[in-house]
Amino acid sequence: MSWFEKLMPSRILTDGSSKRAVPEGLWDKCPGCSAVLYRAEMERNLDVCPKCSHHNRIGARRRLDTFLDPDSMEEIGADLSPIDPLKFKDTKKYKERISQAQKKTGEKDAMIVMRGKLKGQELVAAAFEFSFMGGSMGSVVGEKFVRGADMAIEQNIPMICFSASGGARMQESLFSLLQMAKTSAVLSRMSKRGLPFISVLTDPTMGGVSASFAMLGDVNVAEPNALIGFAGPRVIEQTVREKLPEGFQRSEFLLEHGAIDMIVDRRNLRDEMANLLGKLTDLPLA
Amino acid sequence: MDLNFLEFEQPIAELQAKIEELRLVGDDNEINIQDEVLRLEKKSKSLTESIFSSLKPWQISQLARHPQRPYMFDYINGAFDGFQELHGDRAFADDHAIVGGVARLEGKPVMLIGHQKGRNTKEKLFRNFGMPRPEGYRKALRLMEMAERFRMPLFTFIDTPGAYPGVGAEERGQSEAIARNLKVMAGLRIPVVCTVMGEGGSGGALAIGVGDRVLMLQYSTYSVISPEGCASILWKSAEKASLAAEAMGITSHRLKELGLIDGIIDEPLGGSHRDIDTTVHNVKHALVETLENLSSIPIDKLLEQRYQRLMQYGSFSG
Repeated sequence: MSWFEKLMPSRILTDGSSKRAVPEGLWDKCPGCSAVLYRAEMERNLDVCPKCSHHNRIGARRRLDTFLDPDSMEEIGADLSPIDPLKFKDTKKYKERISQAQKKTGEKDAMIVMRGKLKGQELVAAAFEFSFMGGSMGSVVGEKFVRGADMAIEQNIPMICFSASGGARMQESLFSLLQMAKTSAVLSRMSKRGLPFISVLTDPTMGGVSASFAMLGDVNVAEPNALIGFAGPRVIEQTVREKLPEGFQRSEFLLEHGAIDMIVDRRNLRDEMANLLGKLTDLPLA
Repeated sequence: MDLNFLEFEQPIAELQAKIEELRLVGDDNEINIQDEVLRLEKKSKSLTESIFSSLKPWQISQLARHPQRPYMFDYINGAFDGFQELHGDRAFADDHAIVGGVARLEGKPVMLIGHQKGRNTKEKLFRNFGMPRPEGYRKALRLMEMAERFRMPLFTFIDTPGAYPGVGAEERGQSEAIARNLKVMAGLRIPVVCTVMGEGGSGGALAIGVGDRVLMLQYSTYSVISPEGCASILWKSAEKASLAAEAMGITSHRLKELGLIDGIIDEPLGGSHRDIDTTVHNVKHALVETLENLSSIPIDKLLEQRYQRLMQYGSFSG
């Protein structure tokens, strides 16, 4: 017993043993402003920090659940799953990486596509699952995107895609690279049919995804402060051997340089996109 | 060490040096060493054959980047007539890492677009090591659309480590420039033949690589990322590039097996830099033949075939 406890009358002392522990995951620390935030409040706020508006990354399903009208969703290509055409092995087998990622995320690969409604308007919506191998694009991502676009073409409805990806998936090598050509080609068909494709770039959208469909929106939208670019900042730094400018490759930088049309806060995305798509699809197709 | 020879070719280099030496001795002494030279030359040839019959992907990768390897202008001058270079993207600059222009192939007008690397330090800098910036891809786009307008078949030639990773390139929209080309090339209403001459480096290669036929020179490579890049990310060490080259399947034969490219153009023994004339001849022959096949297909059918081919890229279950 310390001298302090000896000194104190026993009735003032609190018995620590009966204190309830705070459950794990009840509180989050905002990576933007370090404010400690109540998890439920963050969720209500679509994982945007209520203090500093930092946009945290969110998963594909949650993205689509919160973007589309409730009970309107029907998944496209849900049965597609990756295989390992090259028997790729680095420090770990690709097969193992796949099954680990599947276990961790509960998804088969890094993209989810849904047909659904946005404020009553039919559309196809795709979203990346960044926590599945960095949202990397391999054959399944490419195929799901194309099936989504094919559905949009078949039904004469627009498509929207939320990107969050480190780029092409190295473990599928040239198969991955060619997904860039495949996904871009299907968009040429959508354009020809006069169907809008909206690309929403979220943190981060890099490499082969940014250099294909993600930059090919009739309208390119970004969430605030998302990292968007072709080459990663570290690669560029090593190449040019100088410090990169402040805010380089962030949404605001891209807007300033003319690469995107607008930056939209996640909490306004439903309103803004419904409004936009309403205008783009108001007139009958030619 | 003879720098004209790669590390794995050193046994050949030694033999060649010996032959050279004998020749010099022969000149001095008037002794007939002709037989000995012939014998050694035969030996050198069979040694080369045996080394080149079992090349590892990493060795092929080195051949694909060989400093003496024929570049875009070697093909332009050797396989085509009357080339006129067309410059600039009409918006920002002329990118010297991509060369484009009009020429004739056996009398017929064609459009040529390809990466160009430099031979010496000055040229390498001028060509930016064959790494295009957005204006290069936009120049290519302008020329592709022009070719379509004048119904000229398009030949592209690929040899790049990748699109340039620089501040200005990002500011001017490297991603968008590449993406735009992919979308437009899928729908060009002209025959398009793409040939990988050396390094097919990722999106920077693909941005001029969507067509009706994709051909590769025997010792060229085509991959989603350089072996060094892959190794430094997945193995955390660029030293493991040979393992990465092996794992990614970057060689012409592997990619043909996988059904991702259409044809392989043979190179002379020892690689295309050992005999540029033969290489250019082989390429010309392949291009003429390919174009002949494509020209007999009505354009709408050709476009549908190109589209279906793009759509079948991928390997998955379900």
